Amino acid sequence: MTQLAAPPVARGTERTPERKLRRRSPSAYLFIAPVGLGLLVFYLYPAVSTFVLSFAEWGPFGGHTFNGVDNYVSVFQLDAFWTALGNTLLYMVIGLLTLPLAILFAVLLNREGLRGVTVYRALYFIPFITLPVASGLVWKWLYNGDFGLINQFLGIFGIPGTYWVSNPATAVFAIAVVQVWSQIGYYLIIFIAGIKAIPNEYAEAAEIDGASAFQRFWRITLPLLSPTIFFCTVINVIATLQIFDLVYVMSDSAVVNPAFGASQSIVSLFYDKAFVEADKGTATALAFLLMLLIAALTFVQFRLQRRWVNYV
Amino acid sequence: MSDSARGTRTGSVLTHAVLVLGAVAMIGPFVWQLLTAFKSLPETTTVPPTLLPQEWLWSNFGEVFALLPFAQQLANSLIVAAAVTLGQLAFCSLGAYAFARLEFRGRELLFALFLSVLMVPKQLLILPQYQIVSDLGLLNTLPALILPGLFSAFGTFLLRQFFATIPKDFEEAALLDGAGRFRIFFSIMLPLVKPALAALAVITVMHSWNDLLWPLVVNTDPASMPISAGLTSLQGQEWTNYPVLMAGALMASIPMLLAYLALQRQFVQGIALSGTKG
Repeated sequence: MTQLAAPPVARGTERTPERKLRRRSPSAYLFIAPVGLGLLVFYLYPAVSTFVLSFAEWGPFGGHTFNGVDNYVSVFQLDAFWTALGNTLLYMVIGLLTLPLAILFAVLLNREGLRGVTVYRALYFIPFITLPVASGLVWKWLYNGDFGLINQFLGIFGIPGTYWVSNPATAVFAIAVVQVWSQIGYYLIIFIAGIKAIPNEYAEAAEIDGASAFQRFWRITLPLLSPTIFFCTVINVIATLQIFDLVYVMSDSAVVNPAFGASQSIVSLFYDKAFVEADKGTATALAFLLMLLIAALTFVQFRLQRRWVNYV
Repeated sequence: MSDSARGTRTGSVLTHAVLVLGAVAMIGPFVWQLLTAFKSLPETTTVPPTLLPQEWLWSNFGEVFALLPFAQQLANSLIVAAAVTLGQLAFCSLGAYAFARLEFRGRELLFALFLSVLMVPKQLLILPQYQIVSDLGLLNTLPALILPGLFSAFGTFLLRQFFATIPKDFEEAALLDGAGRFRIFFSIMLPLVKPALAALAVITVMHSWNDLLWPLVVNTDPASMPISAGLTSLQGQEWTNYPVLMAGALMASIPMLLAYLALQRQFVQGIALSGTKG
């Protein structure tokens, strides 16, 4: 796939270049300097700084006074935090539905002799390459309580719709659906590549032994795909825990829409605290807690992988 | 996977049925968006809705340009995406080559630091980053959007994995011929990782084009916004005018759609490579 697998040239008896390669190359620092310094200034220093300042009160003119864990206490006392935490976990859980859907489509698209594979794949990929803000607006229009297509459609059957993104009972689900819809194309491509990498012999042998298509999927494709599924689960969880764009676009501001809090994610709460309310102390504590949550859930997944991931 | 003869036909019909249903769900919203963008506001508030516009109006698109410096914002997005991508390709490939191939003191430690950056969510960085950009006097300028994006731990890591797969013999031969490290990097190694560079380029362009949080924070002046942030401000102005919002959203999505249609193979390969190697 990578076109990099050039045949290894037979190693000669000449040892000089080998030793030359092993030698320390001071020029390495020049190679690393541009990206290294950039990361240091714009990533490493900010990360440490946020961590340190999460234990300080941010003065209006840039000064800081250390105040221990006050910021964390105020986060935990915030009702909005617990709502946002619950919502974010819900976005994460619903977001995981992306994976079975993507696997389903990937398996179907891998059927031998299927026509139109490239067309299907291209169409499924389009929501993923669409600007999330634009997708959010499109779906908000579909969800519109008065004239949205979804309620108009339900109306045909006499089913009363609702204001999907304003109603606190449905807002998170409505936004999570868009998240799933927009990500399927991405995981579809990864799963198609993953399934293609599984040697055909296994399925063929099983077929000769009389295994049905479903059995072959369940007992061969799925276990052999598990490393890919594991990788996708990890990155999907990391991504949905940081959901912001769709929430920001679809759930209006609290002024216009009292349901904003009802669908708020941790990152959108962070944005509000840091840049709308200018409560930077609370915001930094919030950001650091989000990192802990991401790290913890990723760690748990790595611990659990032994139970279900097959590395052949 | 070869299907046995029995049931192949019904199986294939069923497969297409599911795939078509999926395609309708994936593309249907865009069709409705397109139709809405050409309708008048009163027409969109009829029950039941009309399918096709009674009259195809272009005025909604004009309205977007009247409400926003839309062309400017599109250009901003393009410039930022191009600059960030070129910067990452240059800086990340240099660093990646050193990590993959050169021996130097502190390599493991430095690489561990790079990996640790990979694990930090970007929200954690935004307040200090904002402070830096603000101290440099760059708020509401394009460099504010470009600067942090030029450097990427992910890009360095991705390219390192690819450099590591190249047989060492190529370099040995060049070293014997007396070529310097930079020559080797530039004329031998870089051409060999072209697929990985294309993958990184595709991912970086998309990330840059889509990014919303950072632009919202640093560039509040409409003239310096990228299209993502511009579109949210359009929503702020035309709260319920969905024909105009759909027209704006459509125009904001078209450049990436065109890029995808033109470079489908690179897009798909880029995603697949980053997915399997990442």
